[in-house]
Amino acid sequence: MDRGVRNFSIIAHIDHGKSTLADRLIQHGGLVPDRQFRDQILDSLDIERERGITIKSQTVNLAYRSRAGGTFELNLIDTPGHVDFSYEVSRALASCEGVLLVVDASQGVQAQTLANLYLAMEHDLAVIPVINKIDLPSADIDSTRLQIERDLGLDPDDAVHVSAKAGIGIDDLLEAIVARIPPPKGAQDDPLKALVFDAHYDPFRGAVVSCRVVDGVLRPGDTLRMMSTGAAFRVEEVGAFRIQRVARPELQAGDVGYVIAGMKTVADTRIGDTITLADRPAAEPLHGFKLMKPVVFSSLYPVLSEDYEALSDALEKYRLNDASLVYQKDSSVALGQGFRCGFLGLLHLEIVQERLEREFNQSLVLTAPSVEYHFTLNDGTVVRVDNPADYPDPSRIAKAEEPYIHATIWTPDRYMGAVMKICLERRAENPTYHCPLPGRLEMHFDVPLGEVVYDFYDRLKTVTQGYGSFDYELTDFRVSDLVRLDILVNGERVDALSMIVHREKARMRGLHACERLKDEIPRHQFKIPIQGAIGGTIIARETIPPFRKDVTAKCYGGDATRKRKLLERQKEGKKRMKMVGAVEIPQSAFVAVLKTDED
Amino acid sequence: MRTDAPGSPRGGPAGLYVHVPFCASKCPYCGFFSVAGTPPVEATRFVDALTREAALHRDRFGAFDTLYVGGGTPSVLPDDALARIAALGAGAAEATVEANPGDLDPGRLVRLRAAGFDRLSLGVQSLDDSDLRVLGRRHSAADAVRAFRDARAAGFANAGIDLIRGVPGQSSAAFIDVLDRAVALAPAHVSVYDLTVEEGTPFASRGVAPPCEDDAADLFLATSGRLVAAGYEHYEVSNFARGPTLRSRHNSRYWNRMPYLGVGPAAHSFDGARRWWNPRSVERWLAAVEAGRDPAEGGETLTPEQARLESLALGLRTLDGIDAALVGDPAALRRLHAGGLLEIVEGRVRPTVRGMLAADRLARDLA
Ligand SMILES: Nc1nc2c(ncn2[C@@H]2O[C@H](COP(=O)(O)OP(=O)(O)OP(=O)(O)O)[C@@H](O)[C@H]2O)c(=O)[nH]1
Ligand code: SF4
Ligand SMILES: [Mg+2]
Repeated sequence: MDRGVRNFSIIAHIDHGKSTLADRLIQHGGLVPDRQFRDQILDSLDIERERGITIKSQTVNLAYRSRAGGTFELNLIDTPGHVDFSYEVSRALASCEGVLLVVDASQGVQAQTLANLYLAMEHDLAVIPVINKIDLPSADIDSTRLQIERDLGLDPDDAVHVSAKAGIGIDDLLEAIVARIPPPKGAQDDPLKALVFDAHYDPFRGAVVSCRVVDGVLRPGDTLRMMSTGAAFRVEEVGAFRIQRVARPELQAGDVGYVIAGMKTVADTRIGDTITLADRPAAEPLHGFKLMKPVVFSSLYPVLSEDYEALSDALEKYRLNDASLVYQKDSSVALGQGFRCGFLGLLHLEIVQERLEREFNQSLVLTAPSVEYHFTLNDGTVVRVDNPADYPDPSRIAKAEEPYIHATIWTPDRYMGAVMKICLERRAENPTYHCPLPGRLEMHFDVPLGEVVYDFYDRLKTVTQGYGSFDYELTDFRVSDLVRLDILVNGERVDALSMIVHREKARMRGLHACERLKDEIPRHQFKIPIQGAIGGTIIARETIPPFRKDVTAKCYGGDATRKRKLLERQKEGKKRMKMVGAVEIPQSAFVAVLKTDED
Repeated sequence: MRTDAPGSPRGGPAGLYVHVPFCASKCPYCGFFSVAGTPPVEATRFVDALTREAALHRDRFGAFDTLYVGGGTPSVLPDDALARIAALGAGAAEATVEANPGDLDPGRLVRLRAAGFDRLSLGVQSLDDSDLRVLGRRHSAADAVRAFRDARAAGFANAGIDLIRGVPGQSSAAFIDVLDRAVALAPAHVSVYDLTVEEGTPFASRGVAPPCEDDAADLFLATSGRLVAAGYEHYEVSNFARGPTLRSRHNSRYWNRMPYLGVGPAAHSFDGARRWWNPRSVERWLAAVEAGRDPAEGGETLTPEQARLESLALGLRTLDGIDAALVGDPAALRRLHAGGLLEIVEGRVRPTVRGMLAADRLARDLA
């Protein structure tokens, strides 16, 4: 029976206009008064609005009355375009019967257009190609249609031409959605099966779980059971996301919505789990999601060691809303207890750090991002190392390999020289170029992933004055001359500052770290040597001279209060210092070591 | 505005500080609260107000053990006014008045002595005329020497000299020479202050830079060595006395956290548990006192932890140091001890000379 429900995701390459298109559909549905509307309304996180990109998939439920007079209920999921967040896309697709594959008419088909199409095909979804930004003078509709046919293998006559910004073609698109995206299948009378595809933590209500009901019906008062853990909860509320949460009497087969069931313990909620009913359970759970393999690793430590528990709690809650983050306990002599985290990419790392700091009020110290290296030992075993602490004894290493990526950079062609320079500094190989449009340059090259995790993106943005963009895919592992660079402060190795680097890069990175530490570590009563070393060989060195004079000349009756207040602040500041041997290292030093040299 | 009354002072009789916020002209490095030129209030009215203010606290503070009249420049006030101020601290075991060498003559000195002052702190600053010009002082080196000798003759056996180290353009050798000439006068007390460039002063806007850390440290140690060799005790970062009995008893109260009442604009008070302070405005202070109100404009009652931090910040400046029980970071104590910045004597943690040179740092590390 077709109840008029249509579930679809909007997918595309980054910036092709998904969220703007979602705006037009939401406005058409009249969910938000025009006066309160803001662009990319589904991008509700502060970082999303600041950076102008979508990070989290968002669901919204709309009513639509078709030209023929049928009433429909649309569940739209806006997804991120950046490759680091493709896990968000794949989970969204598991709740849908179709997708709008948006292509920017001025940019044409791009890497993530194709990657996202493949994801949709994996899920057997109906695909509606949408050519967007037709209002732009640079829009090239004909060649975009050609690319849709040639590169995507789709029928260009199926494409709907729109301008999400100008609101052109929206009615036709809505008609196409209800006509061409099939209604959900699924049996209302079967035992309940609902797929958990996202969640977030509400301090008052516990986990708010986003789910797609595949079979059966879920109502408040029911006792649900999570199939992976067997934990049971009484359903307090079900409903739909209509920008705000709106409660409903039930969610039935085919619906996308949310469940609140007093799940206060974060471990009770697992993304990919199947919800069923305790008194009439389903026989088999649904397919969950395959785990993502992290590519960038870094350890997170609380600035104050006593905040470790709070960080642990924050990570647990954060992970509800970002299932792609993996982490495990880690510890460092210098930084104490923390977590080794794996990220899907650099942007992901940055976003996780920022969201933990902003949404969960954590103050963090991160260690240098690393990739996973492969070491073949003399006895033939292969060890995978993503943490410099696990770097094997060099005398046992027969072969070292590091991951390579195929990188693509887009930039106005006037920056070509500067971009070439930073690529070559990063050991880029086999560069090729072409100009997809006059004045625009597209560069391709192979480069070790480890070289781009270290401040590459910042440098690219700097040398192209913000115009350069960058995308990559992992290709293979290649043999490389890798060493572990250690940083010694007053003769003691600071474990959190070690990094695995190419031998040729070690000296430069070591010097950089020593210089930064020299600026950040306050003078002590003794001279502090700061050294970069490979094994026992010192390759970089700086010295912090001892302090001699630190006293105010006059201190009488009126000065006591001011002096005490200063001392109170200093005492607080001392807590943020990390002790390495007899040396106090401020938390800022760990951050500074990761920063690029301004030039 | 203070709401609760101070408790009665602990630790025996208190000190009385009188702030005279007037100077003939403003020195370009000075960050003290003082009004330059003709005082905005007649001397008689000013002293009346000081007297009323002291009376407000009579119940709590009783008689005073030390009196210190500072400024500003107390010597800009006429003798009868100073005599009335001296009477506020009648019976004190030490009564100090600060004076500018240019304001003194033998007759005045005799009158001050007769009024009850027994200790004189002379704002000499340098014994080199070019330094004195840079500092914007109105007196010459010869005036200073003459004033000091006159003070002795007038009966001020306990007369001290204040010097500034690190005057712009002054070489280390030149300072040592000034110091030697001061020592040759055999003062009972010497204070040597490193020039500090205070925010908002003409020196600050001119971008005057104090000597580099190494030079300043060397000169600090040289100063201490010379004065100690000449028989002085280096009993506080900037203060030297010819023997323990000639230390400034009043100023020692500040470093030992003993009670004192401060009267006059911008003066601070401490009763052993609470600190409060007067407005940095002659008008606001005067209006309150003349209306019979306590002029205090702010205050705080210290928690035990705050008291502990104060002890560190203040006590580590002095030769006597602090009670070892106040140390909050024993690891730092061991480190600083090994580094020769501290010694531990009879349960007290005392800075060495090198430690005094880094007293603020010691306090921070031991906090
Ligand atoms: N001229 C024009 N600009 C558009 C149109 N649609 C979107 N844009 C602009 O393109 C930029 C990116 O739009 P978004 O909607 O944020 O793109 P997105 O695909 O959601 O981006 P990500 O979520 O980061 O992948 C914004 O500046 C939009 O204003 C359009 O139809 N015409
Ligand atoms: S005489 Fe003393 S108080 Fe007055 S301005 Fe000069 S330094 Fe400051
Ligand atoms: Mg978006």
